[in-house]
Amino acid sequence: MERTVKGRVWCVGDDLDTDQLIAGKYLTIIDPEQLKRHVLENVEPRFSREAQAGDLLIGGINFGCGSSREHAPAALKAIGLGAVVADSFARIFFRNAINLGLPAVEAPGVRALFQPGDQGEVDLEGGTVVNRTRGGSVRFEPFPRHLQEILEAGGLVEKVRRELHPGAPGAAP
Amino acid sequence: MTPDGTRQDPASSPGRSSGAGQTLAEKILARASGKASVAPGQIVVGQVDLAMAHEQGAQAILPFHQMGAERVWDPERVVIAIDHWVPASTEGAATLHQMLRHFAKEQHLPHFYDIGRHGICHQILAENGWVVPGDLAVGTDSHTNMLGAMGAFAVGIGPTEYAAVLATGKIWLKVPPTLRLRADGHLRKGVYAKDLILCLLGEVKVTGATYKAVEFEGSTLDALSMPERFTLCNMTTEMGAKAGMVAPDGQTFRYLEGIAKHPMHPVAPDRDARYEREVHVNVDDLEPQVACPYSPDHVRPLADVAREHVRIDQAFLGSCTNARMEDLREAAAIFRGEKVASGVRFIVSPASTRIYQECLKEGLVELFTEGGAVFTNSSCSACFGGNMGLLSPTEVCASSSNRNFPGRMGAKEAQIYLMSPAAVALSAIRGEIADPREVL
Repeated sequence: MERTVKGRVWCVGDDLDTDQLIAGKYLTIIDPEQLKRHVLENVEPRFSREAQAGDLLIGGINFGCGSSREHAPAALKAIGLGAVVADSFARIFFRNAINLGLPAVEAPGVRALFQPGDQGEVDLEGGTVVNRTRGGSVRFEPFPRHLQEILEAGGLVEKVRRELHPGAPGAAP
Repeated sequence: MTPDGTRQDPASSPGRSSGAGQTLAEKILARASGKASVAPGQIVVGQVDLAMAHEQGAQAILPFHQMGAERVWDPERVVIAIDHWVPASTEGAATLHQMLRHFAKEQHLPHFYDIGRHGICHQILAENGWVVPGDLAVGTDSHTNMLGAMGAFAVGIGPTEYAAVLATGKIWLKVPPTLRLRADGHLRKGVYAKDLILCLLGEVKVTGATYKAVEFEGSTLDALSMPERFTLCNMTTEMGAKAGMVAPDGQTFRYLEGIAKHPMHPVAPDRDARYEREVHVNVDDLEPQVACPYSPDHVRPLADVAREHVRIDQAFLGSCTNARMEDLREAAAIFRGEKVASGVRFIVSPASTRIYQECLKEGLVELFTEGGAVFTNSSCSACFGGNMGLLSPTEVCASSSNRNFPGRMGAKEAQIYLMSPAAVALSAIRGEIADPREVL
């Protein structure tokens, strides 16, 4: 897990549900590289074409509500987002993101801090989100130990692999 | 199978060191994690009693192998029930099904509900007794909450997490605070469990139970059947809840008699349990409700919307929320001898093959199809906008399902109104959103 992530900010509103992140018609696609072409396509069509690795997606309250589809965070991870930061998250999205190694940072007040296109910086261990374009910051509670371990391993797959095979060589990237 | 089992379990006895009572969720998670008691906020690792997957389980296969797992921790505790695309309507869906079949064979998973004995995964779990009081159950679908009606902690998870459960039999959970929803009084004619949960959603809103457990109780609950309790717990997902639960009682034990697949550990909440919030409604005066586009908490009295003559293009009677035999009978009582309004499609999709067969025996397939409805094979059907019954941008649907977000059933502009099965049936006949009390 990178201690600090920074990049261009993309903004969405409150209650952004998983149907809007990835529509039901794409659920038979498993390959994240294909999925990422359709992420947010009804909400912000430029996102899938223009978002770069390291960019930040900033949401309002209840980000990722709706279904259990892991397609949503998988597509965001395939884009290479540095983090998803929101005022609050729906619980399955939050778990799915962490389990895939994508930091989902709950920082109340963060949505009001940013306009689309701003530069943002998230200090994951220190617990701050800073707007580098306009100034201003919000604080958040850093991840508890258990979640940090998942993120540090790069996701739940690697964490479980290490637990099942403690003697096995090498950590996955 | 002891109706008084709630008083036998050690976890419900007094004398814990904390000195404070425990909620249903806390007791179940304490038992699952081998602790005497747990508190909200604590992270525990729980032993899973039942792990269910539908098509999304196919996405767990690669991470399962990447984890270096060789065998599923306990094939007797794993159920796979494919339900979203039945039979496969796309090549992609066919591939997911094939992956699951291969995995089930390779791992010797005996409880695979393949096409032919299929149904909506939650209904398959319920009608076959796969989740019992006291269980910690997980499923790859967000509406896994429905099984909390068994007095269990049933929680939806994603496929990577499911892979970890298959590999280890365990899951980490943050013990949630509990929101208690108390309902007292009698539901009047034409008012159903669906109206109660919509009313409660209007009250606590779509984020009102985020990360929380919901515990239902009250005299209304005592009188509700298991299918009605399934409807309630099912839509706690729309409140953001981690789990929705009803403490087990005589109804629960009767429902599970002869079908429970593993031993029960029934628990009841302590009288001095601590709740983060309590909401109390009296349902004596409750009217039929409807959730308007584009959120399940945009709830209004159905009669008000009916007065606005909202035209519909499609009526959908289906989904894990409301497509059980009791729901189909309620709708059939209204639809009997009637016809679907001109220009309207009425899609009826029973929640399982067993319910489909019961409909055949009771003449409901004939009743619905003679009136111009499409009676489909059992599946998630039109509920999720990825298989059949999709809507164009300008279309409006009256639905017994659980979500009406933009794009849920197809076009992002399409409008979905959520209501009881009886209201869906009358809306199909009238061609506009209608209040079932007018004909009952």
